[in-house]
Amino acid sequence: MLESIKEFASTFFVTGDPLIYGADVSIALTSLAILFVLTYYKKWGWLWREWLTTVDHKKIGIMYLIASLLMLFRGGVDALLMRAQLALPGVEFLHAEHYNEIFTTHGTIMIFFMAMPMMFALFNIVVPLQIGARDVAYPFLNAVSFWLFMMGAMLFNISFVIGGSPNAGWLSYPPLSEMSHNPGPGQNFYIWGIQISGIGSLATGINFLVTILKMRAPGMKLMKMPLFSWSVLSSSIMIIFAFPILTVTLALLFIDRYFGAHFFTMTQGGNPMMYVNLIWMWGHPEVYILVIPAFGVFSEIVATFSKKRIFGYKSMVFSMMIISVMSFFTWVHHFFTMGAGADVNAFFAVSTMAIGIPTGVKIFNWLFTMFRGRIQMKTPMLWTIAFVPCFVIGGATGVMLAVAPADYQYHNSYFLIAHFHQVIIGGVVFGYLAGIYYWWPKMFGFSLNEKLGKWAFWFWNIGFYVCFMPQYALGFMGMTRRVYTYGWDLGWAPLNIISSIGALLMGIGFIFQVWQISYSIKHGERDKTGDPWNARTLEWSIPSPAPLYNFAIVPEVKGQDAWWIMKEEMKNGEEPKKAELEPIHMPKNSGIPFIMSVFWFIAGFGFTFTWTWMGVVGLIGVGLCLFARSFQYDTDYYIPVDEVKRTEASLGRVV
Amino acid sequence: MKQRGLFNRFTFFCLAVISTILLAGCDAQYFVLDPKGPVAETQYRLIILSVILCTIVIIPVLAILIYIVWRYRDKPDNKAPYMPDWDDSKVLEIVWWGIPIVIIGILGYFTVRDTYALAKPPVSDAKPITIQVTSLDWKWLFQYPDQNIATVNYVEIPTGVPINFQLTSDAPMNSFWIPQLGGQEYTMPGMAMQLWLQADQPGEYYGTGANFSGRDFAHMRFQVVAKPQSEFNEWVDQVKQTAPSMSKADYDKLAEPGQSEEMTFSSFPADLFDEVVNKNGGQYMEHHQMGDDSKDTESDSDGMDHEMMDHEHMNHDMSGQKAE
Repeated sequence: MLESIKEFASTFFVTGDPLIYGADVSIALTSLAILFVLTYYKKWGWLWREWLTTVDHKKIGIMYLIASLLMLFRGGVDALLMRAQLALPGVEFLHAEHYNEIFTTHGTIMIFFMAMPMMFALFNIVVPLQIGARDVAYPFLNAVSFWLFMMGAMLFNISFVIGGSPNAGWLSYPPLSEMSHNPGPGQNFYIWGIQISGIGSLATGINFLVTILKMRAPGMKLMKMPLFSWSVLSSSIMIIFAFPILTVTLALLFIDRYFGAHFFTMTQGGNPMMYVNLIWMWGHPEVYILVIPAFGVFSEIVATFSKKRIFGYKSMVFSMMIISVMSFFTWVHHFFTMGAGADVNAFFAVSTMAIGIPTGVKIFNWLFTMFRGRIQMKTPMLWTIAFVPCFVIGGATGVMLAVAPADYQYHNSYFLIAHFHQVIIGGVVFGYLAGIYYWWPKMFGFSLNEKLGKWAFWFWNIGFYVCFMPQYALGFMGMTRRVYTYGWDLGWAPLNIISSIGALLMGIGFIFQVWQISYSIKHGERDKTGDPWNARTLEWSIPSPAPLYNFAIVPEVKGQDAWWIMKEEMKNGEEPKKAELEPIHMPKNSGIPFIMSVFWFIAGFGFTFTWTWMGVVGLIGVGLCLFARSFQYDTDYYIPVDEVKRTEASLGRVV
Repeated sequence: MKQRGLFNRFTFFCLAVISTILLAGCDAQYFVLDPKGPVAETQYRLIILSVILCTIVIIPVLAILIYIVWRYRDKPDNKAPYMPDWDDSKVLEIVWWGIPIVIIGILGYFTVRDTYALAKPPVSDAKPITIQVTSLDWKWLFQYPDQNIATVNYVEIPTGVPINFQLTSDAPMNSFWIPQLGGQEYTMPGMAMQLWLQADQPGEYYGTGANFSGRDFAHMRFQVVAKPQSEFNEWVDQVKQTAPSMSKADYDKLAEPGQSEEMTFSSFPADLFDEVVNKNGGQYMEHHQMGDDSKDTESDSDGMDHEMMDHEHMNHDMSGQKAE
């Protein structure tokens, strides 16, 4: 009996590496500390009522943000471990299998569990406020989305200490990810972690599409909508078309692994190339799903901090929408070297270059928004300005990669690695960070310290170029991605050590940001006006942080930059129209999203270890939650006028 | 603004360090930028063209950015015009929709032209030779069907002769890359892909697996030795006389996961390559007949018929798949 338990534990828990034991200890200690604090301060009820059951988009956004920052830390540590291993030839810091796991989890976490939730954080925090709505269209579904994401992320992350991490790359090409080459649970963790959070992502896409189409304040025609909301609309449409492809692809891979089917196996008529096509039919739109909202963020920031209207609004809208369509017709450029032939490669090379055109147009529009403006160098604007050169160079190397015959030389080399990190860090991460700095006062009611923010900014930026510029050169020197070691013979050492130093600098930048946040929680400047940046859109017309119901009175929108227009009118002495307060209709909190997601976690964990009974128990739990919800009739309530008045008065507003 | 100056100095310092290291490390070789054959040459020219076209955009954009950020900074004594409501200009919009369209048009033209050009074998008077490449866990097997010899982890080729590399895998997908001779192509189980390369100068070239394929992927490097036809023939004769032959059992042993030394064989089991392709799913591909391949390759040699290109392969493969 004891023997069998021992044997089980030795395969169930990841063993053998001091790094892992260190992680085990720190995870256990952190969990104990959290449990202790919650119990000691009697915060369990508070946690349940205020956070776990909330359907408030602002709180859900904050939870997304916290989760994504934690994942940024995890993915960043992965990156630093890799750069430590590659700093010099023949380093024996990580052995091959461990390195393979780390680059797999680095990529997966950064895309699925860092970038996606950080994007959803901005969606949630900003969109309803920006369009003058009191919540999203489906608040309950919004909570479901968040908890599905959270449970998927947790499931993926425990693979680090239980069962073993996936090691077939962040897109897990078969047959390497099939049972034939990867029999352990690691690959199942990958499939289920992404599947569970992917359902949440799809639901979020639907939710925000409907929210934007149906819940805009009166007067806000689509062509008067702020550009960030436009970018969310564009991104949501792409999510709705792209994520089902991902779900189906991973489901087929799981059927291969679990039921012994042959969709993507080498033998029995399977075709691994089909997987590569399918995964990139999702994968390419995915990068635009991520970057378009970043474009939206820049559009807001650049107008606000140039004190000027955005230049070429129609052009901006048109280019975003055309990108969202074209992004579905470029996927083959991720594998020109599969040799699909000259016709196919020529088509996808040209379509890929063509998508650079609307992107380039946006750059010019941002530049000319600043032209004849008054540029204030606050942190959000710093990130925006830094984005321009970074993304222009990254975009240019993207166009170089689109040249199909030349891609035969860049493909799978460090040139490619440098390119996509430049557009994803320079575009997506810079954009989201800029957005977080910009809307931080709106979320929490205080600003982040500018001085520490500037330190973080310079470390990130200098670190970025030091890290990734050498990698372009390494690509020309023939260094391929995903090698865990290399020799002295090819002269790769100097550039690699420089690159590792750059990674370290970015790590220091992140530490500055953590410092900045913790410092500002105590000492940050409180935002009493609700409009600390003298901004232009509706979210700045209400107090910071926004009250539960967002708008005591739903505003009337008279044009683009609705809040700016209102401010101009007030300056001209026009009295805002008095409107009568009415009771406000709000959704009730619910524990079902959380509980249902826990059951998804149980199901995912069961299927990961091929414990069918456990998977079935989890799925039954999910079914019961859905059943229970469909018989819940008491899902909403009204906030009485008195309470709205009291709340507004306490926030210093007269209604 | 003070920080900006600091940044410039720091960047300058970094650049100085980088260039010193680059100059010091004389063993650093930029393979992709040092082509030794017509395929790599074509790709190199495209790389240079795309760099130039991109630079035409990047430099003005960066200059405009720096100018605007400096000129329109928010300082009380800044006399630059401030037009908070100016947000539209048809002329400007046409200019910056137009410029990228023109540039992409030019680049697109050359891209498409060369994409088609590289699907054909390099123009040469010499009769092409065929080398069958199999990526294994974690080593490379090269078979010379015309010479009936085989090597592992190194490949010798005659200079000035188009080489018809036929690529497959008896392990997870990899990618076959000799940067100085030309770009890579995937080696895929159940497929025989075609990659034309040619070395114009004798020399030793770096070859590597480029697509991650598991544990020892980092060690999947191979040496490419290009030598004049006469020396190549001598080498073949020598291999035939001195090297051991490879049996089916030898192959099976070789295919087991693990690394391998360089090896040489004076013969290999007939149809081994076809068997490997078929075993891994090739038998499901309707029109996939390796016999035709060699025939077509022969007809290629007279420079008249280049029908048998890899895209044809794929089209057949896909239709075969649908028929399943």
